[in-house]
Amino acid sequence: MSPLTTLIIILGLAGLGYLLGRRRAVALVAGDTRQLHSRPAYHGWLVALLAALPPLGLLVLGGLAGPLIPGATHGAGALLAPAAALLALAGLGVGLARISPGFRARNAVERVIGLLLILCSLIAIATTLGIVLSLVFESASFFRLYPWHEFLFGTEWTPRFGGGSKLGMLPLLWGTLYISFIALLVAVPIGLFAAIYMSEYASRRVRAVAKPAIEVLAGIPTIVYGLFALVTVGPLIRDWLAQPLGLGDSGASVATAGLVMGIMLIPFVSSLSDDIINAVPQSLRDGALGLGSTPSETIRHVVIPAALPGIVGAVLLAASRAIGETMIVVLGAGAMARISGNPFEAMTTITVKIVGQLTGDNDFNSPETLVAFALGLTLFVMTLGLNVLALYIVRKYREQYE
Amino acid sequence: MSDPAQTAPRPRRSLLQTDAGTRRRNAAERRFRTYGAAAILTAMAALAVLMFTVFRDGASAFVQARATIPVVIAADVVDPQGNRDPAEMAKILTMSYSRLLDQALTREIARSGIQVGGLTQRDITGFLSAQARADLRRAVLADPSLVGQEIEWRMMTSSRVDAMLKGRITREMAARDARTSVAQYDLAMALRDRGVVRAGFNWRFITAPDGSDSRPEAAGLGVAILGSFYMMLIVLVLALPIGVAASIWLEEFAPKNRLTDVIEVNISNLAAVPSIVFGILGLAAFINFVGLPRSAPIVGGLVLTLMTLPTIIISTRAALKAVPPSIRDAALGVGASRMQTVFHHVLPLAMPGVLTGTILGLAQALGETAPLMLIGMVAFVTTYPSAPPQGLFDPASALPVQIYNWTQRADPAFFERASGAIIVLLAFLLAMNLIAIWLRRKFERRW
Amino acid sequence: MNQMTQAERSVQTETRDVKFECRDVQVWYGEKHALKDVGVDILDKTVTAFIGPSGCGKSTFLRCLNRMNDTIAAARVGGQMLLDGEDIYDPRVDPVQLRARVGMVFQKPNPFPKSIYDNVAYGPRIHGLAPTRADLDAVVEKSLRRAALWDDVKDRLGETGTSLSGGQQQRLCIARAIATSPEVLLMDEPCSALDPIATAQIEELIDELRDRYSVVIVTHSMQQAARVSQKTAFFHLGHLVEYASTDDIFTSPKDPRTESYITGRIG
Repeated sequence: MSPLTTLIIILGLAGLGYLLGRRRAVALVAGDTRQLHSRPAYHGWLVALLAALPPLGLLVLGGLAGPLIPGATHGAGALLAPAAALLALAGLGVGLARISPGFRARNAVERVIGLLLILCSLIAIATTLGIVLSLVFESASFFRLYPWHEFLFGTEWTPRFGGGSKLGMLPLLWGTLYISFIALLVAVPIGLFAAIYMSEYASRRVRAVAKPAIEVLAGIPTIVYGLFALVTVGPLIRDWLAQPLGLGDSGASVATAGLVMGIMLIPFVSSLSDDIINAVPQSLRDGALGLGSTPSETIRHVVIPAALPGIVGAVLLAASRAIGETMIVVLGAGAMARISGNPFEAMTTITVKIVGQLTGDNDFNSPETLVAFALGLTLFVMTLGLNVLALYIVRKYREQYE
Repeated sequence: MSDPAQTAPRPRRSLLQTDAGTRRRNAAERRFRTYGAAAILTAMAALAVLMFTVFRDGASAFVQARATIPVVIAADVVDPQGNRDPAEMAKILTMSYSRLLDQALTREIARSGIQVGGLTQRDITGFLSAQARADLRRAVLADPSLVGQEIEWRMMTSSRVDAMLKGRITREMAARDARTSVAQYDLAMALRDRGVVRAGFNWRFITAPDGSDSRPEAAGLGVAILGSFYMMLIVLVLALPIGVAASIWLEEFAPKNRLTDVIEVNISNLAAVPSIVFGILGLAAFINFVGLPRSAPIVGGLVLTLMTLPTIIISTRAALKAVPPSIRDAALGVGASRMQTVFHHVLPLAMPGVLTGTILGLAQALGETAPLMLIGMVAFVTTYPSAPPQGLFDPASALPVQIYNWTQRADPAFFERASGAIIVLLAFLLAMNLIAIWLRRKFERRW
Repeated sequence: MNQMTQAERSVQTETRDVKFECRDVQVWYGEKHALKDVGVDILDKTVTAFIGPSGCGKSTFLRCLNRMNDTIAAARVGGQMLLDGEDIYDPRVDPVQLRARVGMVFQKPNPFPKSIYDNVAYGPRIHGLAPTRADLDAVVEKSLRRAALWDDVKDRLGETGTSLSGGQQQRLCIARAIATSPEVLLMDEPCSALDPIATAQIEELIDELRDRYSVVIVTHSMQQAARVSQKTAFFHLGHLVEYASTDDIFTSPKDPRTESYITGRIG
């Protein structure tokens, strides 16, 4: 039985269960449904849920647990489908047997639905757990093959699939931080000023044009920014800045990736700052204006200081975005792992190397492939730290003005 | 009241004259405003330049130069046995058809009296797309009655001839390029002037599968669009119900306890986890652990579902929160259970907001590239996946990954394709956003 | 001067200079005509109270006096308002300069999220009124003393303004307003967010401020108007119904609407 036929059989039995359950409930009270505690449909639903949920759960668990059981052959998998069908039939029978006029079918259905809702909420935790487990387990097998201190503190990145690789993370970390720093240097002032202008100065007409335009910037996929870096910005920076200054002749560079990533982050910073600036109570603005501040003095002396924690949170979130951004750096930053201060040189980042080591044919027993998981773990820990900190700051900030 | 620190009253100045201090402060005010306006203008200029370059580079991908020439399907070449048996004829490889096309083109040049000095056999063979022979062979095998006839055959020119007609390759560049020649350039211009070669709308770009490195003119987005569509289908089917269910529980039922807090923090953090980490999850969990196939839309769809869930949950909760408590009180007041209240009253009222959030989440997922690269969707796929559900397990590409893929090819013609594919991607995103805006406008309710 | 009797006070007000001279003042909020044909003379060194039911336009009028309505995009103001004979709505007038001379205290205490010292020093700093640190210290101390807050906070000037109690915060806001040495002090229901004890302290302070400033106070409490003011204006539905000495308003109102209001029949 293919999974699809099993699924159809289970759902068919559930549908049948609904019809039978309903009919039986009505029949028990000879058509006078007011004698039932719950409306007939609920009796039907309960039978359907009893017929569908246990076998579906069995299928999912079986599918997940299959790889865990050593020596589980395909035969065991083949047994799963008939077992599920039988379970469905059993559920149908049990459900029908329980129907009686006084039976609280609605409460039972609602309890089951409630459990389903909780289950769905738990998927968020399961996802995080899945991420952590897959990163930790694969990283562990990497660190069995490669010493952790050389990974963390090594300054050389030269993977060789023949063996003798040097897999030091520092050049990648340096590139990541350098590019993120330039991106923030672009995005924070522009985003912040854009938010300030939009919330404190812009006329309705200007807002009607500028706000959607900035939102469009936020909706553009990163691959588009990546191509923009590769085709337009990279050559532009190379021909007009790097070469005239004699600082390099590479189109892919830290400056290219940083600039384009900065543009990508502008809407992110501006919409977060916009929310935060709007959360500053009007009474504070009135207080400053009433003393004879100009609008800009009000913003600089009162609004920004009051909003500062929130803005710091927004910048941290933007930094986390920048560190985890992939496509712009893949296309705009280059693949050279090096530590240099020259922003016009090609450097590389953690995300670039994750992509590099994990695309193409992988040998999941070689440190050159597995290092990607250790890099992923590093990236996850860094961004998680930034996010938790930022969300904490922003939440505290909001509570202050609620 | 006698106050020692009391200062003499300030000399009264007229309000009608601004003093120096105020003038200085007003100048600072104007500067500050200018910075703000400059920031907005910078952002808008960046958007304009981005859009401009994409359309400048990509619009020509939707146009393709094609040649229409009479081709003699010589029986001795394609059917040496002479029995018109497709099985026998299938043994004849595409190279032979290339000879037919070369002959046809040479005849056409002679017939229209074009005089081009230094035209070599390589220029002739390289004039037409390598895809043209394959197409002709397929047509003949499908209809053996064509053998021995002369047919008007319309076919793609090679990407370089295409680029000459579009002006991307000039005569000077043709002279320098080893893969083309001035003679080929002159031939292209002459054939265009005589109407033999003509540019037309390029449907193949949208429908055809990817093309190999040597034939960018044949590369299309068909497989990628289908793959992306399958993945969006999976995301919609999984993320919408799961997201709504999770939101309902968190917003309407969840007790204030440790578990709820953990889930809440978890969701806001998941929304900010870099997308590439989800790719690693997909690779480690779905492919290596569960054993799902690489490059398959099912894996991509699952990964994108997990990525989109936080977005959908956050917007759904906002929509649920916007339904006023009075509605809940009213339903509970007439004896509905809490579950009935939510499913009969609150959720329907929140639905427009939920759908808007879902569409925006889908749009975000549609543009996502990095996680899909890790689960093998960068592979070169030239066959369409079959219909779902089986097709969900077939190898496919995805729109943004196809774009990346093309940026990594050597032939500059692929850059045109990549930009053209971006236009297609942006068109899809625009359509989705317009639907979201329309939904919001149509069903927007204010309490 | 504080020991003057009520009678002495009312006589004295008649001899005061006119600080604000307002004629035919109109205010529109978008389509809504919020204030109609208001004419009033506000005297120097006098506490003037604006009373009336909520939505009557008293706060709107107050906010016209230092052009705070400029910050609301939809608001339009017409008519004439002269401060010492100069039209404050003249295009040459910079509202920044005007607001340095016409200070304002708001309904809810709104200290800036800065130290107590910086709150008070803010006005003098932006207007460049205290060139040296010593001057600034003197201004801060003088203003805090005048707002009867100095003794409470002199040892903790570096703490943030929001750490004070509600009444102290409002006195801090008053200190902040008088630190720029304004001529007129506008107060928009300054006690409505305070408890009775803090209210009494602020009212006492207002009475002392009369020495030096023209104080205009908007209040929804008639008792408060009677306690602190010498002149009272009664607003109703956007009109200035009656403007007279406080004693006259509360003892022998001329307009039946005023009488209805002070006897509690409308409100």
